[in-house]
Amino acid sequence: MELKSLFLKVNNELENTENRRVSRKITCKKCGKQVSVSKIRKNFFICPECGHYFPVRARRRILMLTDKRSFVEMDRDLESKNILSFPEYEEKILAAKEKSRENEGVICGTATIGGSKVCIFAMDGNFMMGSMGAVVGEKITRLFEYATKESLPVIGVTVSGGARMQEGMVSLMQMSKVSAAVKRHDSKGNLYIVLLTNPTTGGVDASFAMLGDITLAEPGARVGFAGPRVIEKTLNQKLPEGFQKAERVLECGFIDEIVKRPEQKDYIDRLLKLHGM
Amino acid sequence: MNDYEIVKNARSEKRLTSVDYIKLLVKDFAEFHGDRLFGDDRAIVAGIGKIGDIPVTVIGIEKGKDTNDRILHNFGSAMPEGYRKALRLMKQAEKFDRPVVCFVDTAGAYPGIDAEERGQGRAIADCLFEMSNLKTPVLSLVIGEGGSGGALALCHGDEIWMEEDAYFSVVSPESCANILWKNVEKADVAAKALCLTAPKLYELGLIDRIFSADKKKLKNEIVNCLQNLMELSKEELVDRRYEKFRKVGY
Ligand SMILES: [Zn+2]
Repeated sequence: MELKSLFLKVNNELENTENRRVSRKITCKKCGKQVSVSKIRKNFFICPECGHYFPVRARRRILMLTDKRSFVEMDRDLESKNILSFPEYEEKILAAKEKSRENEGVICGTATIGGSKVCIFAMDGNFMMGSMGAVVGEKITRLFEYATKESLPVIGVTVSGGARMQEGMVSLMQMSKVSAAVKRHDSKGNLYIVLLTNPTTGGVDASFAMLGDITLAEPGARVGFAGPRVIEKTLNQKLPEGFQKAERVLECGFIDEIVKRPEQKDYIDRLLKLHGM
Repeated sequence: MNDYEIVKNARSEKRLTSVDYIKLLVKDFAEFHGDRLFGDDRAIVAGIGKIGDIPVTVIGIEKGKDTNDRILHNFGSAMPEGYRKALRLMKQAEKFDRPVVCFVDTAGAYPGIDAEERGQGRAIADCLFEMSNLKTPVLSLVIGEGGSGGALALCHGDEIWMEEDAYFSVVSPESCANILWKNVEKADVAAKALCLTAPKLYELGLIDRIFSADKKKLKNEIVNCLQNLMELSKEELVDRRYEKFRKVGY
């Protein structure tokens, strides 16, 4: 838990300097070296010392993958309600909004990549660990429905701890809802490219993260269904090195290619062009 | 029973399992094995038979009876090949215009190294993806435990029914209490908050019917339901199923 909060704080620290010209430094949690924030930001949020991938929030992720000023957001105003009157949920939503400066854990819209029009969604790990509740499910479903109607490809960037417990079965059944919308998009011959980022787990892994025509991942991203601690407890043994890491998941046959952050936009652009877009 | 007692009762070894339901309801049952890709997962018992006069494909998550039997069935926690077997037989059902009846009773999909490396996430996702477009009626009955994604995988049906004392939850009350409050003792609070009982889920509009394990009544209810669904055109059936899940949460 301590590690986790440190991890997220670092990310916020990185993001908060966005509009200020300060040459601050932070400690990379992997190599322990002091690195300048502006250097990290110019380097696709990769540590210039050790290559560690810092988390990237959804809005910046979209900027990194799409043509300048091409993104038009959809359904920005959808906000979660405490459907089940779950204890402490409103407070958690408020805190998540503050931390992420977003209304919910996914951002959806249209944009162009190398001039080709696409629908794009990016999840935000700062919003309750990218968990999927009714609004996340609804926004992604609406995006796929729009893409189906307009015959557009969908580019999806996932990061998620899974279904959002505070919405109970309503959140679990978002898996069904989104998967059905992906199927309709698929049945009409449309392209869906998914980019798995660290971590993509639980109910998101067991639905739209695993349903792409082309599945890409960031180096080192954890991708899997069950949590490592649950598995360790069930088996009563240590997990092998590299378990649930993108490189291993690729070896197991579930990822098409691992693409480094600075190359992702060009790579996706190339795939779109190869599909005649 | 309070909500947590319902969860514990749903886990009880004395309850009817999928095999019991198959014996009670399905005539001339022929069990089929294997996913044609890797192996046969005994956590899922599947095959064909008749309910009333209707030929059906039956898929059940089976926990087993005595200790040896439970080990054989992996305590009702399915591997990816279990879900792939289920999907293979659902596609076969579509080919022969047979409705599908699923019996769901699991604490969750198996969390293991092998299960992960053979694509547990992908296997569950494929069930949801393909079932959403399956052009034959699908009826899912949660008979005991509805444990998260591993149960949901077989619940992308035209109707979801729950046994009156079954539960269906995004997470076990114990894990929920542990994650949110670092205190497993508060599992009863979590169970209540999660709204996981049949009456609560019915009230939320997430399930379609609550049944009791009365053999004759249940058989008639299933036959009626399947007959009604079989009257729909394939397009109507699939559109209706899409709308059913489309409205969840909105
Ligand atoms: Zn570093």
